[in-house]
Parts: sequence; C-alpha cells; structure tokens
Amino acid sequence: MNLFHELLFDYTLRNVALGCMILGTVSGVLGSFAVLRRQGLLGDALAHAALPGVCFAFILTGLKTPIALLIGAALSGWIGMLSINQILKRSRIDSGAALGTILTVFFGFGVVLLTVIQKSYAGKQAGLDKFLFGQAAGLVAEQVLTMAILSIIALTVVVLLFKEFKVISFDPEFAQSISIPTHVVANMLSALLLISIVVGLNTVGVVLMSAMLVGPAAAARQWTNSLKKMLLIAASIGTISGLTGALISVLGTKIPTGPVIVIVLSLIVLLSVLFGSARGVVWESLRRRKRRFVEGQR
Amino acid sequence: MSVVLGIALVAVATSSACALCGVFLVLRRLAMMADAISHSILPGLVAGYVLAQGPNLLTGFVGAAASGLLTVVLVEALTKSRRVKEDAAIGIVFPALFALGVFLVTKFFDNLHLDADAILFGVIEYSPFDEFKLGSLMLGPKSFWVMLGLFVVNAMFMTTFFKELKVSTFDPELSKALGFSPSLIHYSLMALVAVTTVGAFSAVGAILAVALIIVPAVTASLLTYRLKQMVAISLVIGATCGLVGFWLATLVDVSISGMIATTLGAVFLLVFLFAPNRGVVAQIIRRRRQSARFLAEMLAVHLDSHEGTSDEDEESRIGHLITEMEWAEPQADAAIATSTNLGWIVQTGDRLQLTSEGRRIAQSVRNR
Repeated sequence: MNLFHELLFDYTLRNVALGCMILGTVSGVLGSFAVLRRQGLLGDALAHAALPGVCFAFILTGLKTPIALLIGAALSGWIGMLSINQILKRSRIDSGAALGTILTVFFGFGVVLLTVIQKSYAGKQAGLDKFLFGQAAGLVAEQVLTMAILSIIALTVVVLLFKEFKVISFDPEFAQSISIPTHVVANMLSALLLISIVVGLNTVGVVLMSAMLVGPAAAARQWTNSLKKMLLIAASIGTISGLTGALISVLGTKIPTGPVIVIVLSLIVLLSVLFGSARGVVWESLRRRKRRFVEGQR
Repeated sequence: MSVVLGIALVAVATSSACALCGVFLVLRRLAMMADAISHSILPGLVAGYVLAQGPNLLTGFVGAAASGLLTVVLVEALTKSRRVKEDAAIGIVFPALFALGVFLVTKFFDNLHLDADAILFGVIEYSPFDEFKLGSLMLGPKSFWVMLGLFVVNAMFMTTFFKELKVSTFDPELSKALGFSPSLIHYSLMALVAVTTVGAFSAVGAILAVALIIVPAVTASLLTYRLKQMVAISLVIGATCGLVGFWLATLVDVSISGMIATTLGAVFLLVFLFAPNRGVVAQIIRRRRQSARFLAEMLAVHLDSHEGTSDEDEESRIGHLITEMEWAEPQADAAIATSTNLGWIVQTGDRLQLTSEGRRIAQSVRNR
C-alpha cells in the first residue's frame, strides 16, 4: 500500500513512472508498425540522427525549451530519414549500410555541434546530454505533460488511420491498387515513429530507444495473429515494462531507469518467444515431440 | 612524441583497422551488426575488468570479443526461431546487452565514472597522454600500438583467408560445397569486428568506430565492383578522412571524433553524387543521353519513312516535325542537335536530310 501511496504522491516517482509508462505505450504501438514493416533498426538510426537537430535548436533558441529541442530532434530525424530513402532509391547500397552511414555521420556531426555548444555556452548546456542519454529520474512535470500530449496526438492518428496503416504494413502493393496514397501514409507512419523517438530520447536515451520500439512489438507478436490485439498487447507490455523499470530503479537500486526498463523488456521478449500463446517455441516443439511419439506408436 | 603526431597516428591506425573489417561486413549486408556490436561489447568489457579487478587490456578484449560473439549468436538464434525478423532481433539484442553492461558498471564500478558520453563520442584527444613505455623509452600513444596490432591481425586474417572470405561472402553455397564452413568464417570475421571495435572504441569512441567501419566501405562500393580495389579504396578513404577530419577539428577546435565522422559523411555525399558510373549525376546524365538518343532515333525513322515519297519536302520541315511528332520545342531541339552531333542528319534551311549513317540507324531501329 505504501508503494501505491508513493506512486501517487511522490513527485519524482510519479513523474518517472508516468513518463516511462507513456513512452512504453506510444513506442509499443508505433514500434509494432515499424517491426511489421521490417524497419526494426530505423528507430535506432533516427534516434541518433536527431542529435544535430537538438544542438541546432539549442544554439538557435539558446534556452532549454523542451519543445524547441523536440522539434529540432524531429526535424533532423526527418532529414535523416529522407537521406536514407534517397540512398536506397538511387544506389544499390543495402538498407543496413544506408542506416549505418546516416546514423554515424549525423551523430558525428551532432558531436561536433555539441563541442561548439560546450565552448560558447559553457555551463548553460547542462541537461543537454541528459536530453540525449535519457535521465528518466530527472523528468519534470512539464516534460511529462509534453510527452503525454505528443503521445495522445500520435495514438489518435493511429486510431483514425488504422485501416490505412494496416494495409500498408502488410501489403503496400495492394494499398496502392486500392488507391491509398502509399507515400503519404508511409510518411505519416514515419512521422509518428519520430514522435515516439522524440518522446523517448530524454527518458531512455539514444541507445536504448531501439529496444523500446522493437521489444514490445516483438513480444506481442508471439501472443496473437491479429494486428489490433498486437497493438494492444505491445502497448501494455511497453507500459508495464516502463512502470516496473521505473519502480525498480527509483526505489532501491541505483541503476539508471532506462537500462532497467530494457532489461525487464528483454525478459518479457524472451518469455514471449518461448511461451507466447500464438507462436511460442516451446509449444511448437512439444507438438512436434507428441507427433513423433504418436507416429512411433503406430 | 608530439601530441599532433600521436593523434594522427591513432587516427590512421584506427581507420585502417576498421576499414578492413568494414569491407566484408558491408558486402555481407551486416553493416548494422557493427553498430550492434559496438554497443553490446559493454557487458563483456566490464566483466573482463571485473575479473582483472581493474581496467585490464587483455581481459577487457577477451570479454568484449565474447560478448560481441554472444550478440551474433543471440541474433541468429532469434532469427532462426522464425519468431522475430533479423532487423528486430538486432534491435532488441544490443540494447539488452548494453543495458546489462550499464547495470554491471553501476554494480561493480560505482566509483569509476564511466561516462556515457565518453563511450559514445570517444576522446581521441586524450590518447597521446597514455603513452606506451618500454623502459625509459616513450613509444607514442598506447592506442596507436593497439590499433596497429589489430590492423596487422585483420590484414593477416584477410590475406590468409582471402579466397575463403570472398567465396563465402558472394556464394555461401559454393563455399559449403568446397568444404569450408561459411559459418566458421562468419564467426571469425565477427570476432575480429568485435575486437577491432573494442580497440577503436577506447581510442575514438563507439560511434566513430562504427563510422570508420561502415562509411569507407559503403563509399568504396560506389566506386568499384572489384573486391581488392574496394579494400584499397576503403583504406585510403578511411585514412584520408581520419587525417583531414583531425586537421579540420583542430582548425575550428571541435571534437576530433565527430569531425572525422562528419568528413566521412561529406566524402560519402560527394561520391554518392559524383561517382563516375553510379553517382546520382552520372545517372541523370545517362538518362538524359538515353532519352535524347531515343528522340534522335525517332527522328531518323520518321525521315527515313518519308524519304523519296512525294511529301518528303513537307515532312522534313522542322516546324512540321513539332506538330506531327507532338514534340515540345525543346524536345525537337534536342533531337535535332543530337542527330546532327551524331552525324545522322544534315540541316539545310529548315529542311532536314538523313545522311547514310542516319539511314543505317533508322534501318536498325526498325529491325529491332
């Protein structure tokens, strides 16, 4: 009961838990589409590509206005995505190499800008690295509110365009044939993916963002074959890992929140792959063994 | 040894060692594995340090290589279970291991300030101050010797097993048939990538290590189809960008690692746009030339079909062409200019006349 009380009334714990849960929900849903479209690593690349935008936003606004930094992050992630698309369209470079190139180059350029900031705004940049490497424990109410608003927008769009997103995730050619503007819808999905990345940056950070997008989706996929259920399960898994991670890290351990969430999430993925009701590995091998046994009896 | 020379040596040795691994990684479409490994070596590195009770080069390397291989094994196990696609498998395995690494760091090295920034960005700037000493002899930065050693190991592996690497990269089935296991080669290569990344990561940071592995090889792949040339070009691009990036960084006083990655990106962009055959500009020019040639061929066929008929005089008038072929004026101009340049037609006043070469072209187009 004490824990429940603290969760409701302890300022830090409430913010951290809420922030992580919001992130878990939105990244679970948008990550599902990314995973189904085989863009599991796009999130990782775009999270890194956001760095120069964050730095530019900081240099331009000079303040730690969270919303300016978020917009900067989203814009530069968007440019990163366009660059990846151009590379794939105009050369024979494979998607992994294209992602890797954009990821490292954008991030490297961001690091250059970071050193510029460190030189000219000495002392004032405190918090900028937290924005990137995530410090859930440092979330303030204002940030949580921004995250909530962005997530609600993203999830509303998903509900409104559910059919379009579904078709484009499973059969883009069919989508085109029934005159769904596939480019627009695909860009829309990517924009929403960027929103969830931006929401995640100051919570779990660049490196762990990939797990927040891929983990819930990969786990949820093992429990169902229906997209609607998959989205709901992924959102729940994301939310639960967020909450559990926040609780474990804030109470008791000194381990940063992001890594704890990811470890919890990875365990859920492992359990789902083994025991998932729809596709669990264990059930399949049991079935196979039974079949062999029956055949042996004949 | 001067600081500048020290950093330059580290930059060149690191970029060369990385570029060697990168070529095969990129050709095997495993570029993102480099990114994954660069993060997932953390728990192994920390475990190695824990065993040696302090930052120990050898145990660190062994641990890091082990967790690099563990990444590969886990990704393959997940992919082979057919429950998770490969990209998603990579996307979950490396953050999990990285998170485990952070956990180990906070548990065992609480007082050791292992900064996330330092891991990701790298501080090549400090490398000259950690010199390799032999007795009283100062032999330059330790990282230089480490990376030089790794370069030699990589180069020896690649020259010894060049054929095996080549065959198993381009045709794994053939390699199996010839009796050497593609997966053995695969794991050896991955172990090298892991060890190289560890070395590079303490010298220049994780992200630059990945940049140095992927970008030179990707850039080289736009310039040549030949494996040996690709290796050579990657080495040159890596080393040059290392030095140029370092120079630029000192010029404007910013992060050296970041500037080297930025320089690599700039070179990639230039090659992507202007590569002789596969560059964007070359593609556009080729497409233009093809469409101009197509127009010229149409013109030749048109003139040929009316040659010697009663309406030849009218049909060969430039103004008539524009209406009959439904060409816009620039198209007609392009067709006429191309045909004239190729020596297919001659122009007298506003009449066009086929040359013998033009007639031959018209014939061959019709016979297509």
